[in-house]
Amino acid sequence: MFSEWKFTAKDIAEKADLFMSGHRACAGCAAATVMRLVLKAVRGPIIATSATGCMEVVSSIYPYTSWATPWIHTAFENVAANASGIEAALKILKKKGRIKQQRIDVIAFAGDGGTYDIGIQALSGAVERGHDFLYVLYDNEAYMNTGIQRSGGTPHGASTTTSPAGTVIPGKVQYKKPIADIMVAHDMPYVATASPHYWRDLITKARKGIEVDGPAFLHTFAPCPRGWRSDPSKSIEISRIAVETCIFPLWEAINGEYQLSAPSKVIALRPERKKPVREYLKMQGRFRHLFTPKFEKIIDEIQQLTDKRWQRLLKKCGIV
Amino acid sequence: MTVQEKSWKEIPPAGICWKPSTEYLTGDWKTYKPIMDSEKCTRCTLCVIFCPDGAIHWNPGKEDIEFDYDFCKGCGICANECPTKAIEMKLE
Repeated sequence: MFSEWKFTAKDIAEKADLFMSGHRACAGCAAATVMRLVLKAVRGPIIATSATGCMEVVSSIYPYTSWATPWIHTAFENVAANASGIEAALKILKKKGRIKQQRIDVIAFAGDGGTYDIGIQALSGAVERGHDFLYVLYDNEAYMNTGIQRSGGTPHGASTTTSPAGTVIPGKVQYKKPIADIMVAHDMPYVATASPHYWRDLITKARKGIEVDGPAFLHTFAPCPRGWRSDPSKSIEISRIAVETCIFPLWEAINGEYQLSAPSKVIALRPERKKPVREYLKMQGRFRHLFTPKFEKIIDEIQQLTDKRWQRLLKKCGIV
Repeated sequence: MTVQEKSWKEIPPAGICWKPSTEYLTGDWKTYKPIMDSEKCTRCTLCVIFCPDGAIHWNPGKEDIEFDYDFCKGCGICANECPTKAIEMKLE
């Protein structure tokens, strides 16, 4: 099903960027790293499409564009519908002999707002119709470009401008929606989670998502220094610690069969390597209030929830 | 960066972005500038891979990495991720 693609760090470093320099993402934006890495995984010509969101805003401020590939911006809610339209058009143009290229891949990019909340019905419909495209979700866990409003992807206890931590609530009261599991439930051929620190894993998964026949969903973790109130230089480090604390475990589901990816498998086989969530939380200002006596019990809640979801994942992967 | 550009009769219709963003230099955003120590660097190219701005290039001819200060926003990810700590952030 997948080709054997071997690459070294230098191969990736040499490959030209399809997401060019000069985009106006904040300093230390991990979502920009995710975009660059995903676009390094392409096997030929592509057409990209983006939902409204950070990466659309920063890459297409008139008259500049950061895309070295055909790219269409669409509204917040319909990036998956747009991708299915592109794929259907390519299919018919090929049938009529109007395009010469053997194969053109379609990649859709959307943030967590455009996926968890606003875009889910279009995504669900496109997957159900079985269009051949890769959907990349860069999850920075809130509506960052409009001013850090909470989304379905914001974790429990995080302070945002619409769920501010104060005397009454400890940041967001609800929990993060397990979007990748929802996508697996669609019975789609390929679903994976990836973190930019594990760049080799991320690029391999992006390539698999492109190669697979039918829809593929890639959930990538993208720390946001502005919204998470973290040090810009620590963005990639946070994406590593999220994996090591099992807050964001790495796995892939091929035709609904879960399997852990190497960085998380190491933790599953040697549980003493699993770090406490405290280490992840203390790096970010959006969880600062949890380290006060009033809200300290929220940290235990987050730890319990993380452990519960991790155990559930291990069961799905056939470990334990 | 506001300069007199082409008039509305000359630009592409429907608000199509027609200039590559590489003409827009984001290098003046930075406060700290990454400086590489050539002796400590092992040329692993991790900084090239992690840089969100694509501001570090791998030059295969010279077998060396090159910083593009025109685009570097000074976030410090390269210095933080460097396995040999060969990159130092210096106040510009």
